[in-house]
Amino acid sequence: MRAAVIRFPGINRDDDAARAIRLVSGRKAELVWHADTALPQGTDLVVLPGGFSYGDYLRCGAIAARAPIMEAVRTHAAKGGLVLAICNGFQIACEAGLLPGVLMRNAQLHFVCRFQHLRVERDDTPFTNAYRQGQAIKACVAHGEGNYVADDATLARLEAEGRIAFRYCDAQGRLSDEANPNGATGAIAGIYSANLRVLGLMPHLENLVDPLVGGTDGRGLFESLTRSLAETV
Amino acid sequence: MKARVTVTLKTGVLDPQGKAIEGALKSLGVDGVDSVRQGKIFDIEIGSLDKGRAEATLKDACEKLLANTVIENYRIEVTS
Repeated sequence: MRAAVIRFPGINRDDDAARAIRLVSGRKAELVWHADTALPQGTDLVVLPGGFSYGDYLRCGAIAARAPIMEAVRTHAAKGGLVLAICNGFQIACEAGLLPGVLMRNAQLHFVCRFQHLRVERDDTPFTNAYRQGQAIKACVAHGEGNYVADDATLARLEAEGRIAFRYCDAQGRLSDEANPNGATGAIAGIYSANLRVLGLMPHLENLVDPLVGGTDGRGLFESLTRSLAETV
Repeated sequence: MKARVTVTLKTGVLDPQGKAIEGALKSLGVDGVDSVRQGKIFDIEIGSLDKGRAEATLKDACEKLLANTVIENYRIEVTS
């Protein structure tokens, strides 16, 4: 795995993502500055990490999505390269046109910061092959704008093409209004691009890779990536 | 040349902030408010003296950055 974690001003989970990659894959991730115009040679995974790029000015992720490095990220994605976009990174990916839809203000208007279970919708992608379909995994969320919204045609297409990655659920894997932290349509916590090579998700699986901080269910994401990238090398 | 760009949420897009403001106005006893939608205003100065060219520049700015056209509409007014 040759991961590049993009560092935008105001991002604060870049080191968490890099640490999770190092812990699980044994490989060091490169941190890449937003004003650079090229990814390191041989990059096979780009991570757009969580945080508050540009202080969430204008719209969350809007300014970071137009940063110089994003042209290289778009080219990487267009060639079928893997992109993992977490929280603010998910917002950036939507603003950059890598994923459809938009993350709106949480329906109840509060910033939510809590443990949150997710249902794995499919286990045959580069991001989820170490999980089981239907498995409820323990993650955590920390966001004020995670309410996924898209027009009806886009939502229908995402559902029909199996592009929902994770849904918010309770510990038993059941969907309910109480288990949905932000009012997201269809309890959507994460979605894939059409080729399943770009994943955007609000929860911070990179923060659940060490038993010391409440769980290790996030390791599966990085184990899946390690496995699928090992196969292609 | 001065211009004002107004960005508003499209009809049907849920606006939790507008709803909260609407609720606050009602609890303050401000009568007659049926609904509130929150938007953004950008006051922009442009060097060009050509109105058509200024409008084209602003349209470009809206499409590229100021509005997310998935959920937002924009209106451009060149004022002077």
